[in-house]
Amino acid sequence: MNSSRSSSGASLSPRSPSSSQPFLSVSVSDPVKLGNGVQAYISYRVITKTNFPEYQGPEKIVIRRYSDFVWLRDRLFEKYKGIFIPPIPEKSAVEKFRFSAEFIEMRRQALDVFVNRIASHHELRQSEDLRTFLQAEEETMERLRSHETGIFKKPSDLMQIFKDVQSKVSDVVLGKEKPVEESDAEYEKLKRYIFELENHLAEAQKHAYRLVKRHRELGQSLSDFGKAVKLLGASEGNALGKAFSELGMKSEILSVKLQKEAQELLMSFEEPLKDYVRAVQSIKATIAERANAFRRQCELAETMKLKEINLDKLMLIRSDKVAEAEREYHELKAESEQATKTFETIVKLMNEEIGRFQEQKTLDMGIAFHEFAKGQARLANGIADAWRSLLPKLEACSSSQ
Amino acid sequence: MMNQDHVLHASQDDEMESLVLHDDNGNGNGNGNDSSGNIQQPSQSPKSPFNSFLDPPSYAEAIFTSFDSNGHDQTLEQSSRSGTGSGSGSESDCMQISVSDPQEEQELTNSLVPGGSSYHTYLITTRTGKSEVGVRRRFREVVTLSERLSEAYRGYVIPVRPEKSSVERKVMQKEEFVEQRRVALEKYLRKLVSHPVIGKSEELRLFLEVQGKLPLMRTTDVASRMLDGAVRLPRQLFGSESVAVDLNDVTQPARSGRDLLRIFKELKQSVTNDWGAAKPLVVEEDREFMDKKDKLMEFEQQLSNVSQQAESLVKFQQDMGETMGELGLAFVKLTKFESEEAEFESQRVRAADMRNVATAAVKASRLYRELNTQTIKHLDKLHEYLGTMLAINNAFSDRSSALLTVQTLSSELASLHSRIEKLEVAASRIFGGDKTRMRKIEELKEAVRVTESAKICADREYERIKENNRSELERIDKERQSDFQNMLRGFVVNQAGYAEKMAAVWEKLAEETSTYSSNNS
Repeated sequence: MNSSRSSSGASLSPRSPSSSQPFLSVSVSDPVKLGNGVQAYISYRVITKTNFPEYQGPEKIVIRRYSDFVWLRDRLFEKYKGIFIPPIPEKSAVEKFRFSAEFIEMRRQALDVFVNRIASHHELRQSEDLRTFLQAEEETMERLRSHETGIFKKPSDLMQIFKDVQSKVSDVVLGKEKPVEESDAEYEKLKRYIFELENHLAEAQKHAYRLVKRHRELGQSLSDFGKAVKLLGASEGNALGKAFSELGMKSEILSVKLQKEAQELLMSFEEPLKDYVRAVQSIKATIAERANAFRRQCELAETMKLKEINLDKLMLIRSDKVAEAEREYHELKAESEQATKTFETIVKLMNEEIGRFQEQKTLDMGIAFHEFAKGQARLANGIADAWRSLLPKLEACSSSQ
Repeated sequence: MMNQDHVLHASQDDEMESLVLHDDNGNGNGNGNDSSGNIQQPSQSPKSPFNSFLDPPSYAEAIFTSFDSNGHDQTLEQSSRSGTGSGSGSESDCMQISVSDPQEEQELTNSLVPGGSSYHTYLITTRTGKSEVGVRRRFREVVTLSERLSEAYRGYVIPVRPEKSSVERKVMQKEEFVEQRRVALEKYLRKLVSHPVIGKSEELRLFLEVQGKLPLMRTTDVASRMLDGAVRLPRQLFGSESVAVDLNDVTQPARSGRDLLRIFKELKQSVTNDWGAAKPLVVEEDREFMDKKDKLMEFEQQLSNVSQQAESLVKFQQDMGETMGELGLAFVKLTKFESEEAEFESQRVRAADMRNVATAAVKASRLYRELNTQTIKHLDKLHEYLGTMLAINNAFSDRSSALLTVQTLSSELASLHSRIEKLEVAASRIFGGDKTRMRKIEELKEAVRVTESAKICADREYERIKENNRSELERIDKERQSDFQNMLRGFVVNQAGYAEKMAAVWEKLAEETSTYSSNNS
């Protein structure tokens, strides 16, 4: 693990979009393991370069840890309902994997992409919470982080929302429940699309992950094979023995190539697919928020109607409770209007977001596919070259018979 | 294990695969339409743009031309396996064996119980030049053949016959087992036929040509030999029988049905040998032989190791191909889904991209499967030579038992001589001679004469077997060198060829997705 905090340039992963004038550019780098035992964690260096007036200066460097990123995401989710908040990588459950070099690098890359997506979203980049995240001192962050966990939704809560939304949507689709849901056909189609998409993507990602494993397994097998062949060559002796030895050595070389490619595959193909799945899950969370907003709007509208009826009744009998009832009614009306506004904002934002999302994903996936193709081609060519180079040696061995 | 051809699963997966493969007009990959996994005509079209990326000669072409439709390497068949005698390998000398048409027949028993056990017979067809002979044989007759050959051709490295394998028979389906046995029998008979000495043997000829049950030969009459041995034993023990022995019988190894007394003697001798009390006859030569034997054992060990690793390698190659295929299918489904649900142009673009990925993955998966089928055939040579090692061990034990016979006779002679000497010394002390003792001495001298003749036979036999061992090892060594070289070459050409093909597939995808490369903004 690299503990030198040299101010290297931002190592933007291929998926991080570049921001336009005025600019806000962020990089997440230099992971360092801090703390001991169970308390140990990874800290990252976050470098911000910007010309936004709201920011403290053209450049700022802070140290952040994973839970800080989670905090940022939660805050944005609360404040910007309707917008598809970029997803963050999951918290890894497997203890011993937590500090492996590959895992750390993958997480760093994912976090870098996360922050940059926020920084290039025309609305999210204005966020005050983002500014806090990018500039505040560590002690401030720590205070905020621990203070907010009780109030705002934790990942486990979000999980519950996903499940609720999933069951509610499928209920509606199956016609089980009387909808306190929108009757927008287009929106229904979108919801169905999102849920089915997640299934398809999850399957593709599963196989991509397996493919990585297969590369590692085949690599190991070639290594074992190579060793055994070399031993055979040694016991054979003569020219044929030499041929076997050469074969064994080539096998071992190829084993290394396969292991390398396995890692490449993981980072530039499987991870983007996983990222896609997370993005879809984030949309599901937004769908849940929209459903909540709609329900609230309906509830308030209902309550308002009742209050109106009640008010008319009171006015008719010239009760002295009229004034109070009137006041309540007006309060309720304001709330109802606010709820309607909230809901309509969400609808508007979602409509904008969905197009942007599709475009972004086509681009992200295109890059991932390209890297996948390049990697596999590189591997195949490496294999072909290695075996081809062996042939003249084999000819030499047989001609000396 | 390695002998089985890789079976493809024809399922609805093939339907989905064809969704992506049929539309491909570019590098028309003819393999996409065939689900049997056999090699088709060379599928790399000469107009393929990717030929220019490959260095000539491209091994992608080579792999398709070195195999005929049976998957037999023609170069192997022609690398003179027809033995030293056939010279230029003229057509008429070449025997082609095929085993086919297994049929079930009922066992004819005298038992009163109806519905006796059944067995299978196989049609064995021998084609020599223009003529053709066919006989029906059951496995039991093959066992008999192999036993006769072992007795008649001691010291030779005789191919080991297929196993009786009663366990597999119970576990497998009947048709599967019968088919497996048919294949094994064919391989075995072909190996016998291509052995320079065995291939010309009378026993094999009878087996291949004579209709009906094989005639019993003298040496196979186990029952009567047992009787002979048992009858003679008491007389030998009392030392009263003049040993009129068939000299040929002497040189045969002592078997369970034969001379029981001889078995006891040889057992005693081998124990003596092991305890080092008697000096082994010829030390230097033995040492060279022992060295060779050690080397061969070492070689066998390594070979077994490599064979195991090769099986693993094949398995992992297969896994890779399967997973690649599953990935391809997942993308086929995604493509279909996004195309149907597309609201935005970006979705249609993505669907097209995914389709390209699916196509590439499915093609790569098929290439892996083909590669594997070929790899199995090549590396099967390793497995085959493990069988040869077994046969070599048998030839070595022929030698050991011949040596044991020689040594037994030697020490028999030695003990006879010392008995004579003792008797002569004792007899000379008695004035006028000792009638009983003189008679005894005469008997012993007669025994010495017989034993000496027997020993001469045994010596000859031992020398003969040693020479067989030596010439066989030489022959096998040469064959092995060329077989292994071909195997290596085939394996490497195969791997290189398929890697090139796969590179072409992925390069195509890279080109199709080049708009997304980081070089373009």
